[in-house]
Amino acid sequence: MAVSVRLPTVLRPHAAGKTVVEADAGSVGDIIAGLVARFPGMSGHLLNESGELQRFVNIYVDDDDIRYLDKAATAVADGAELTILPAVAGGA
Amino acid sequence: MTRVDSVLDLIGNTPVVDISVLSPNPDARIFIKLEGGNPGGSVKDRIAKAMIEKAERDGELWPGRRILEPSSGNTGIGLALIARLRGHPITIVMPDNTTNERRQLLEMYGADVVLTPGNEGSNGAVRKAQQLADEHPEWAFLYQYGNEANPQAHYDATGPELLRDVPEITHFVTGLGTSGTLLGVGTYLRDHKPDVKIYAVEPPAGEKVEGLRSLDDGFIPPVFVKWGGADLLDGKRIVRPRESVEWTRRLASDCGIFAGVSTGSAVAGAIKVAERLPAGEHATIAVISPDGGWKYISTGIYTGEIEAAAAIAETVNTW
Repeated sequence: MAVSVRLPTVLRPHAAGKTVVEADAGSVGDIIAGLVARFPGMSGHLLNESGELQRFVNIYVDDDDIRYLDKAATAVADGAELTILPAVAGGA
Repeated sequence: MTRVDSVLDLIGNTPVVDISVLSPNPDARIFIKLEGGNPGGSVKDRIAKAMIEKAERDGELWPGRRILEPSSGNTGIGLALIARLRGHPITIVMPDNTTNERRQLLEMYGADVVLTPGNEGSNGAVRKAQQLADEHPEWAFLYQYGNEANPQAHYDATGPELLRDVPEITHFVTGLGTSGTLLGVGTYLRDHKPDVKIYAVEPPAGEKVEGLRSLDDGFIPPVFVKWGGADLLDGKRIVRPRESVEWTRRLASDCGIFAGVSTGSAVAGAIKVAERLPAGEHATIAVISPDGGWKYISTGIYTGEIEAAAAIAETVNTW
């Protein structure tokens, strides 16, 4: 069993149109690095020039925002789901 | 007090109801503050009144000057109601996938409604409103996402009311839209009861926004940054449409509370907090219900198969 990575619409063209791709368990940082290695087109979307996550990228592990967990060091176990979402304006 | 001079005097002082019957943990009580009883039907009446009164005080708004605001519904309705009474014409910029009820309410109060493509989400409405503000400097652009009267209204009233009615509060859970409720109530609680844990929930809105060209088009409300939202939060979670609909229905069936879908999301967040409490720890969790369910009846999400209802909640802007 691996980790499921759910991609937002804007990243799918870089993964042959897939909504979900699989990755090995590890830290969020490892998984993102692995994604960028497999799908180089995602790099500029996900990471800034210093290799840190872009400001408008939100990452959730089993629906919890990693900014309030251990950030890039947050562990993602086999069977877990990692969701990448753009920050957008909320309704009101 | 049940006799007032103006309907605007009825904004705020909303009731709190014990919904612990929904709690999965006998050590966790859950209370809900029902904002649907405000005159315009939502928590947004509070910020609408605060933003208009601040603009009037600051000399930026006077009778006859047009108000401009992007809103998926509730803020627009609150603003239109007050604008009507104060003599301000008003233009609301709204995604076209909001419910018909919301558009009718806006028109009833005399608002001009400008629609933006639903697949651009609230981002599209914000962008269009900013463009209209540039084209019409003679209009007053209140801009709830950047207006400090938004969180301030909650710091001044919603927070104190909540602590008055639930003094034993240990956890606060609220939805994240403009982030005004979170910032205002959360900061008030931090200042007056620092041990309270503060959590936010949000819909997976970014999945719906197909109009987004790049993640650089992302949006973080300026008030969230100004008020230090990231430092305030102990956790943030997405709640998916199916779970939101399920808890909205449970509120109705088990507690008799008829609420909007974003209330179901907030309750789902509270349930998660209750489930994760360390064994033996007692908690009193308070959540905000932003509005009642009336404006969402036409979506059909309250009855019928849950899968179909969840699919509807995916496509209609119910936040």
